[in-house]
Amino acid sequence: MTQPLGSFPGGLILPGQKKRSTQTPIRKMPLTKTLVLPLQQHIGEPAVATVEVGEKVLKGQKIAAAEGHVSVGLHAPSSGTIIAIGDHPIPHPSGLSASCITIETDGEDRWIDRQVNENISQLSSHELRQRIREAGIVGLGGAGFPSFIKLNPGIHHHVETLILNGVECEPYITCDDMIMRERAQGIMDGIEVMQLALNVKNCVIAIEDNKPEAISAMELALASREQLKDTKIVVIPTRYPTGSEKQLIQVLTGKQVPSRGLTLDIGIVLHNVGTAYAVGRAIKHGEPLISRIVTVTGKDVKHAGNFETLFGTPIHELLSFCETKRQPEEPFIQGGPMMGYNLAGDKLPVTKTANCILVGVDEPVEATKPLPCIRCGDCADACPVSLLPQQLYWHSRSKDLEKTREYNLFDCIECGCCSYVCPSKIPLVQYFRFAKTETMNQEQEQQKSDLARIRHDNRQERQERERLEKEEKQRKRKAALAASKAAKAKKEAEAAAETQTDKQET
Amino acid sequence: MPLFRLSPPFLSGTSRVTLHMIQLLLALVPALIALVFFFGPGVLVNITLAITVALLAEALMLKLRGRPLKPFLTDGSAIVTAVLFAMAIPPLAPWWLTTIGILFAIIFAKHLFGGLGYNPFNPAMVAYVLLLLSFPLEMTTWLPATGLTENSLDLVSAFQFIFTGELANGAGIDTFSGATPLDVMKTQVGLSELPSYIINQPLFGLFGGIGWEWINIWFAVGGLFLIYRGVISWHIPAAMIAALLVISTATYLITPEAAASPMFHLLSGGTMIGAFFIATDPVTASTTLKGRLVFGAGVGILTYIIRAWGGYPDGIAFAVLLMNMLVPLIDYYTQPKVYGSGAVK
Repeated sequence: MTQPLGSFPGGLILPGQKKRSTQTPIRKMPLTKTLVLPLQQHIGEPAVATVEVGEKVLKGQKIAAAEGHVSVGLHAPSSGTIIAIGDHPIPHPSGLSASCITIETDGEDRWIDRQVNENISQLSSHELRQRIREAGIVGLGGAGFPSFIKLNPGIHHHVETLILNGVECEPYITCDDMIMRERAQGIMDGIEVMQLALNVKNCVIAIEDNKPEAISAMELALASREQLKDTKIVVIPTRYPTGSEKQLIQVLTGKQVPSRGLTLDIGIVLHNVGTAYAVGRAIKHGEPLISRIVTVTGKDVKHAGNFETLFGTPIHELLSFCETKRQPEEPFIQGGPMMGYNLAGDKLPVTKTANCILVGVDEPVEATKPLPCIRCGDCADACPVSLLPQQLYWHSRSKDLEKTREYNLFDCIECGCCSYVCPSKIPLVQYFRFAKTETMNQEQEQQKSDLARIRHDNRQERQERERLEKEEKQRKRKAALAASKAAKAKKEAEAAAETQTDKQET
Repeated sequence: MPLFRLSPPFLSGTSRVTLHMIQLLLALVPALIALVFFFGPGVLVNITLAITVALLAEALMLKLRGRPLKPFLTDGSAIVTAVLFAMAIPPLAPWWLTTIGILFAIIFAKHLFGGLGYNPFNPAMVAYVLLLLSFPLEMTTWLPATGLTENSLDLVSAFQFIFTGELANGAGIDTFSGATPLDVMKTQVGLSELPSYIINQPLFGLFGGIGWEWINIWFAVGGLFLIYRGVISWHIPAAMIAALLVISTATYLITPEAAASPMFHLLSGGTMIGAFFIATDPVTASTTLKGRLVFGAGVGILTYIIRAWGGYPDGIAFAVLLMNMLVPLIDYYTQPKVYGSGAVK
């Protein structure tokens, strides 16, 4: 065990509320009658369905293929029949509908043939990445970025360190904690694969000190691995948002990821421990990503805990399995209480990014009208990236987007620390999201109008050129005409002169 | 309207504007007790009057501006302004002085600029300066701390005096009032008296004026409580006290015949109420950490300059207002370095 090297400014010590969901081991959510699978459960292009309605599928069978580079495929979480391909509400902050494949399960849960691989070191890093992509693996920490891309540093970058993120700093969520406690060996399998794919030896597993059970389970698993002798477990102090990529790097290494840059720029690749487990399953056991651990917790959940849930399982069935009494007025959250979002309803499927369903926050924010900003600066003290939220708020409110950019709006990680500490209860993060979207819209508009202006300029230039060419042509034609006229006249004159001389001669 | 907010973060912190204000008032209690002990109960009458007028003015302005009454009347900011103002003016200031001051603070300095959070100048100090410029006599007529005079007033006579201008026996203020130690120091240094000699007069105590030094100490104790509770940050008071200490020590060492001791400056007049309660007003002070240091140091230096070489015995109010003007500039140039903005290796 080694000590963390750095720290970040601000941050919060939050009431963890994690005990509620760590009292029982991970349980399996029973198979439901239907499974609804959105074609886009990752950042990037949506997958494209490769099955038809009425087709029978097996558990683990590919039902949608990746489209483009930043995309991954999708697999049937259980055996059954495709009964629909079309729009269905998906979990999304705006309550959108999107294209989904619906499977009616047959209850047999029959697998496809799985390719077991005991000796992974025979596979090339390219092959490993390809298989990870084929298995549909995305970052399971919540963002859902295709993992194979983050395992492909390319020729311009050299990876020095692989960081495994087992921090889980948001209150309530415990799925990473539980997977580390119970499936540490599986995580180690994944780390071995990731190290091979990245060709890196140095690896750090970061865990917050509020998870002693997970730490000892991981240490035990690590001790049995000959392959992972350069892997260390670093226990870091519990503070929100240490689990955020950039802040974790700062805590572990003391380095900062350049603004608008990638972690790869400083030779670091980060993966979530749940992702590592999925990678291990995919490579060693040939299992594509078809389920995940979901924390179901909150004060209205009777049997809070962690559930291994097939993708596509309707959230309301998961909730009724845990005997949840949802209050109509309270927020119904996917993700954590700091960065999660309110779900539009519970007739939505569990997806790859659903780390937690939170029903009943202990200290919810009341929907009162905020008081004016009193410029106390508590938000600036809490900001982990050293922004000045009070100034950003001022400029966002007055839609002075230019100024918000000057105050580094786009470095905001939307962790919510500022809103949390605000004594006036101003929803600061909402203002910043608004300003970001507005700026991006404006930039798009700007690009569009730039394009239109260029088109317009080109058109005018072309028209001018054509006019000149036309004139030139006309002039030439006129000149030619004049010339031929002159020639004709000359000829006539000559002819006349000839006749004259003829006459004279005669 | 839903009961709860449906956007992240869903978790509610415990910090509230009203809670800040209540703790602030609590922190003023020790100094208030000291004020009553040394200068009689007049300040209590002033505070009651100031709070009443402040709340009425606040309500009137909210009504005129079409703002909801409840959140703003109960946020405590008007009360804090009123209490700070009442504790800063002479304890037997006539009722109309307090009324004019508070009306100006709430109506002009606060609401005409947009109300809570929008005023660029500290309302209590704006009122204080207005009165100091308009009614210099009333604003500088302090009582000597008890023990120097047999005329220690009880609550009834203080009340009577504030509202009628004279005592039951017909005595006016001249019979028992006097200048403040800062005032005496300034005038007599001006007459080429030695500070070390001046300080031996009965008006003076160990370091500053009798009573004044204790009041300052209790303001500081209240201020430390606020820092401990996280209501204010240490930056402004520390920078202001440090700046005052440095500049007064320097002048004291260079010209001991014309400058009062550093401790005299720290424990006289409004130094501690200024450092912990006035300059730290979040609305009108700098908000960046570095900016707060600059702001506090500026207040400290200006205070000394005005006290030692300016036309007024105390300079806290002017210093705070002058620095208030510089806040946007200070904030702009003291922005913290954002994550990832450093040079890439």
